Amino acid sequence: MTWKQHFTSSVGKKLVMAFTGLFLISFLLIHVYLNAQIFLPDGKEKFLAGAHFMGTNALTRILELGLVAGFLLHIIQGLMLWNQNSKRRSNGRYAVKAGNATSKWYSRSMGLLGTLVLLFLIMHTAQFWIPNRVHQFSTGDEINLYDKMKDVFQNPIIVGLYIIGCISLSFHLVHGFYSAFQTLGMGTKKYKPIIRSIGIAFSIIVPLIFALMPIAFYCQWIG
Amino acid sequence: MEHYNMNLTLKVWKQKNAKAAGRFETYQVKGISSEMSFLEMFDVLNEQLIAEGKEPVAFDHDCREGICGMCSMYINGRAHGPWHHNTTCQLHMREYKDGDTIVVEPWRADAFPVIKDLVVNRNSFDHIVQAGGYISVNTGNAQDANSLPIEKQKADDSFAAAACIGCGACVAACPNASAMLFLSAKVAHLAYLPQGDVERKERVVNMVHQMDKEGFGSCTNIGACEAECPKGISLENIAKLNREYMVATFAGDR
Repeated sequence: MTWKQHFTSSVGKKLVMAFTGLFLISFLLIHVYLNAQIFLPDGKEKFLAGAHFMGTNALTRILELGLVAGFLLHIIQGLMLWNQNSKRRSNGRYAVKAGNATSKWYSRSMGLLGTLVLLFLIMHTAQFWIPNRVHQFSTGDEINLYDKMKDVFQNPIIVGLYIIGCISLSFHLVHGFYSAFQTLGMGTKKYKPIIRSIGIAFSIIVPLIFALMPIAFYCQWIG
Repeated sequence: MEHYNMNLTLKVWKQKNAKAAGRFETYQVKGISSEMSFLEMFDVLNEQLIAEGKEPVAFDHDCREGICGMCSMYINGRAHGPWHHNTTCQLHMREYKDGDTIVVEPWRADAFPVIKDLVVNRNSFDHIVQAGGYISVNTGNAQDANSLPIEKQKADDSFAAAACIGCGACVAACPNASAMLFLSAKVAHLAYLPQGDVERKERVVNMVHQMDKEGFGSCTNIGACEAECPKGISLENIAKLNREYMVATFAGDR
């Protein structure tokens, strides 16, 4: 059995989704930690120092390449799985469905929620990450991301889209966090309650802190 | 419980064979006793259809005591009907009231083609078991059972997994039509035991690949399978399967 065969079987694909998913979760943790600096006194300086470190440090720049690869793998494989799994009843679907009686809607909607997160990600990177890197490559200087945030979050439609993005992320994480650990074989009586609790806390707290950033700028809680 | 009789409207899936297009047929049944089982109600329907010179509805059944795994109806959107840890044959008509409409469909999955009406071909499950759901032993005198020490918890976990009757409700209930709960039960009940240890790495890999070949969807940990399993096969078995698969992947000999 080759490595390729191991990782392209249905269980192997699950492992790829779990490994990349947990990697992306670790990224969210660092991202939210750095960005939440804006809520501190002297938030602007602290945030800009953090952004400067992440944007100019050799190690983080290499990790950034890994992050892009992780995103691409998770997104492409996720979309392919969604497509393949939706074709397993090609001879006809049920006239009456069990729906919420046997499972949670967000567990059944990972493809849709993931797509919403992807659309958000495209908008979000187009606003911050891509212009910043383009600017760095052309001039060598970073954009002042704090002022950029303040500027972008003056538009109530953008703030609304960010909130929708964070809600989609939250539900994607409620299933994804647990699912990743279940895939790694930890969905046992011993670990499942802990994983569930940490997963739900993570899925509420992290997207909430993210959502508060555009809201805080828009409502001028921070300036 | 008070005995009562009821009249029902049944919308039943009729399909000539795997290739033909199916459709719902509506039937009226009268005077159904609340003490009948769901399959006995279908017997009444078929007696009625035969008396009227019509073709009876084909459905799978065998033991009618909830242990064989033959019955396979998708009733009002639920595999084996609404009762928890229950097979269709053990669903009783006291669940329903006079005037109810019941929609009955076959298991729907590409890996379970319809043979006729509500009967589906579950040979794909047999192929998965044939790919590794066994242990190789030398024949000869059976050795003393006590010569193989097994801790109580492992024996219980193995037995719980071995309770799977292979009915296919997990596949029927899964939005992805995945057979992962079935497969995990078949892998786990051997993996917990010393007898299964010898072939454990080959077994899990071969069985997973056979499952993929049969055209089942992949597992996304939704959990509808566990909710619908008549034998209460736990998602813990899927976690066990995943651990077995990782051992085979990262610590396998080939």
